[in-house]
Amino acid sequence: MRNPMRLHIRSPERLRVRVDPVACDAFGFCAELLPERVTLDEWGYPVVDGAPVGTALFDLATRAVAECPRRALYLEAMTGDR
Amino acid sequence: MTTDTQRHIARLLHTGSVGLPAPDLASHRNLHGPVTLPSHDDPTWSAVLRAEVAASGLTGRGGGGFPAAVKWDSVLRSNRRPVVVVNAMEGEPASSKDRTLLTWSPHLMLDGAELVAAQSGARSVVVCVADDCHDSARAIERAVAERTRAGSPRALSIERPPARYVTGEESALVSWLERRDARPVVRVDKSVPLRVGRRPVLVHNAETLAHVALIARHGSTWFRQLGTDDAPGTTLVTVSGAVRRPGVVEVELGTPVEEIVRRCGPTDPPSGFLVGGYGGTWLAPELGSTPLAPGPLARVGASMGVGVVVALPVGSCGIAETARLARWMAGESAGQCGPCVFGLPAIAGDFELLAAGRADAGVLARIDRRSRSVVGRGACRHPDGVARMVRSVLTTFAVDAADHAAGRPCGGHRNRSVLTFPTASAPAGGRS
Repeated sequence: MRNPMRLHIRSPERLRVRVDPVACDAFGFCAELLPERVTLDEWGYPVVDGAPVGTALFDLATRAVAECPRRALYLEAMTGDR
Repeated sequence: MTTDTQRHIARLLHTGSVGLPAPDLASHRNLHGPVTLPSHDDPTWSAVLRAEVAASGLTGRGGGGFPAAVKWDSVLRSNRRPVVVVNAMEGEPASSKDRTLLTWSPHLMLDGAELVAAQSGARSVVVCVADDCHDSARAIERAVAERTRAGSPRALSIERPPARYVTGEESALVSWLERRDARPVVRVDKSVPLRVGRRPVLVHNAETLAHVALIARHGSTWFRQLGTDDAPGTTLVTVSGAVRRPGVVEVELGTPVEEIVRRCGPTDPPSGFLVGGYGGTWLAPELGSTPLAPGPLARVGASMGVGVVVALPVGSCGIAETARLARWMAGESAGQCGPCVFGLPAIAGDFELLAAGRADAGVLARIDRRSRSVVGRGACRHPDGVARMVRSVLTTFAVDAADHAAGRPCGGHRNRSVLTFPTASAPAGGRS
């Protein structure tokens, strides 16, 4: 679900933040912008909590995705079984 | 399954093949009987084979344990013909089942590969053998040449990716076939098949394909005569450590771990078992009665992996073995993902201090925290395997670990390593 055009058709309750670990270079902007869902490990790499983004955090989450210098952060639709 | 401990099982590793050069195509057909392959796409035949393999309950023998027939469905939606990739990379240092199978019986595996190709409409089969496995590569080259001369309707070829731990990971292998580095790739949606060019890829472990070749001949009922209801059939297991006859044995799924070791002539009662592989699980001696099958292993926190059992000799130090293991595994990272690049060496460093009895008071808590932290945060499962392995040490050798942490290392940490480690010859995954 990396195509932002498709995001609006998903409810924020069914979206979660994910990290592409290969692309990530530990800039840490995501944890600054979205501390409710992203924390940093001892080496500065993001740890996402896997919880739904939710309506309240949706704007912050899309901003965190857009601001990542490595384009490593994305929103993913949660499937029913997870 | 039977409890007859002396029963010799030889489905894949036929006794006629032990110690002899690999049989040529004619003697292979004499030994196993012919296999029927349609000359062109035949949906009815494909459906029958799929149903038979599904009914057999065959699961992948490369570590994933995914139902083989279900994997075939993943390429159905594409309108391009798939490519069948045989994964005989065997990056796991404690395993030699694939090279044993390929040297002893290359045609059985190739039968399976051609069956899967015919089932899925693939016209090409690529066999991947690591660049340091010369014996199995020679056996496969000879067998492929024979089949090509005999007029196989499919293009059979061999690739020699670099021998590294993570190269055998499906997406790393496909990446190599795509002429990129042999490093794992992030897959956002795993139900979408990997591709070489525009063709979807079916990757199967070599042993899985050999089982397919036998199921096509003898049927699913025959396959299920051995093993358990939940885990039917046989599997190849590589046994090493405190045994007189280390090597590959074929066992029924559900055979207790200690029984498998017993078959290889244990030198002394093991003080623990490493099950699954280097990213597997340490089991205490009293868990030796656990049946080698996915369900029972899962209940003790372990998994089949690639069918590896290492018996730890009495007097060896599980902590020291793990320190060496963790350091080697850290070096086998493809070097792509931060949690793996920084987390694994940090864990290994703590284990080295722990083994020598020179760690600070917080070491066990730190290992525990870091090994939890790296799980699920890599492109592949490499950090997850290391995390599971080190965490199993802290429960299986809990008393030892506490002694080491208190500055009282056992004498065993200076013993020779039970585990063997290939020396890295090339940077991880690079195309040099």
